[in-house]
Amino acid sequence: MPAWLRFPLARRRARVGQITDGAYMSDLIDDPQPGQNLPEFTVAEISGAVKRTLEDQFSRVRVRGEVGRVFTARSGHLYYDIKDDKNVLACTTWKGQVSRLSVVPEEGLEVVVTGRLTAFGGQSKYNMNVEEVAVAGKGALMALLEKRKAQLQAEGLFEQSRKRPLPYLPEIIGVVTSPSGAVIRDILHRLRDRFPRKVLIWPVAVQGEACAREVANAIDGFNLLTPGGALPRPDLLIVARGGGSIEDLWGFNEEIVARAAARSEIPLISAVGHETDTTLIDYVSDRRAPTPTAAAEMAVPVRMELLAWVGEQQTRLVRALSARVDQRGQRLRDLGRALRRPETLLEGPQQRYDLMSDRLPTALMRGVERRRVALSEASGSLRPGLLARMLGQDQRRISNSADRLAPALQRAALAKREALGRRADRLTPRVIERDIAQGRDRLEALTRRLKDAGTRQTTAPRDRLEALMRLHETLGYKATLKRGYAVVYGDGGQVVGTKAAAEAAAGLEIEFADGKFKIGGTTRKSATKPKPPEQGSLF
Amino acid sequence: MTDLPVEEMSFEQAMAELERVVGQLERGDVPLEDSIALYERGAALKKRCETKLKEAEEKVAAITLDGNGQPKGTTPVEGL
Repeated sequence: MPAWLRFPLARRRARVGQITDGAYMSDLIDDPQPGQNLPEFTVAEISGAVKRTLEDQFSRVRVRGEVGRVFTARSGHLYYDIKDDKNVLACTTWKGQVSRLSVVPEEGLEVVVTGRLTAFGGQSKYNMNVEEVAVAGKGALMALLEKRKAQLQAEGLFEQSRKRPLPYLPEIIGVVTSPSGAVIRDILHRLRDRFPRKVLIWPVAVQGEACAREVANAIDGFNLLTPGGALPRPDLLIVARGGGSIEDLWGFNEEIVARAAARSEIPLISAVGHETDTTLIDYVSDRRAPTPTAAAEMAVPVRMELLAWVGEQQTRLVRALSARVDQRGQRLRDLGRALRRPETLLEGPQQRYDLMSDRLPTALMRGVERRRVALSEASGSLRPGLLARMLGQDQRRISNSADRLAPALQRAALAKREALGRRADRLTPRVIERDIAQGRDRLEALTRRLKDAGTRQTTAPRDRLEALMRLHETLGYKATLKRGYAVVYGDGGQVVGTKAAAEAAAGLEIEFADGKFKIGGTTRKSATKPKPPEQGSLF
Repeated sequence: MTDLPVEEMSFEQAMAELERVVGQLERGDVPLEDSIALYERGAALKKRCETKLKEAEEKVAAITLDGNGQPKGTTPVEGL
């Protein structure tokens, strides 16, 4: 038997109450014989009966469980399961109902759903139409909050760098809160005390199921306004709510609110609950105020303090300027005192001028005077007598010298002449003559000896020569020739001594005592006279 | 020194500029002629600050919404 049928049928059975499980089932299924005393349903009838029974019996129930799988259909209807460790309850929230849910179911969330049970005959299924989802218990809420925080933090929405500075003095402050109640009054009072400003209130529900949607819409709505328009855009937003339970404040923990605050271009102060309550919007807002009053204090400076400050600046400005002027005046006076009087500037030079101009005429005269004295001194000693005396001296010196000149010359000449005389005495021709006579004698003697020696020397050789000549004449072949012998020469001029040589010679020449005779050939010598055979050996 | 005309400065800008001018004048390191110009600028800034401070007018209005939650106007809020 399918699980979804178990419970309604059990109820049905309890209502019918006449038959046992087994009998009923066997009768219904196994033996549907006509005529039996049992009502017969069509499928539509039984489906309708089941649906009616369910809706009658469970027209408004609260069921607690953990959200299982969640599915949003394209139609906008929301389908999800509520389950415990064994059982599952199919839940449906129609599109029109979804926007009214204070908590949108998320998988894993412990919730208490409120609605009625119904059945869907088309699939033989039953389910619960949920109109309200509430988070079950504080622990579950905190767990959900932590989960959202972790997610938004992971997206970087809590980064300090995202936080914009608040304007020092906003012109218009937009407040998102309930139009009635202590919160807006606290904010307005504190603003009035500090610095009255223009305030635009965007009324929202600050708790309950509409809260998150309205707050998010308000934040977005303020951002959509144009600066200086008919509805002027604020330059600072305060999202505020008084203290309450975590369930009361839950709207400010919703993701849509946090995301609207994060994307707000207008700087935003969150002031939700008391100081100890920290909601999701506090993490993404630009400043978190512990209370709405504190938010007002953050929003504007104190006007009276600023007025005092401006006054003080004014005083400082005047004092600074007058101090500057005074200071410079003093400095001017100091400098003026340090400046010497103009007349004193000229005193020194004037004095020097006076002194000099006094001395100028006398200086000229004195100069002339001094020169005149020098002139007269010089000219005083300049007389003709002095010159004559000087000339006289010179003349005397000249004549003196002239007087001494001639004797000096004579004296000198005399001395030289004496010296010459002395030398001339020694110079006589006798010595030379004697030398000449001696030389001549020696010459004559030597000449005689030379002649004698010459004669002696040539006589013997000449004698010998004559003897030899005579010998030569007697022994020579020429003398032989005179005795009738002849010498025969070849055509070469060579002596031909043999018959063979004479036959071999082309021509012969014969020398006789009275000359040569040539025979034959072209030879120069024709003497054919044979030489005596001993001719050679003779020499 | 910002180039923004004094008349267009926000209160905060005028305040910062005034503080700077006063400080500069007090330090006394500007020539006398400039001191006077600086004083005049300081006076104008002070006037601007005062003007902004005098604009302290309270006006509270609540936004009225149409059926879709969109703003359609304001109603004055009294007595809060």
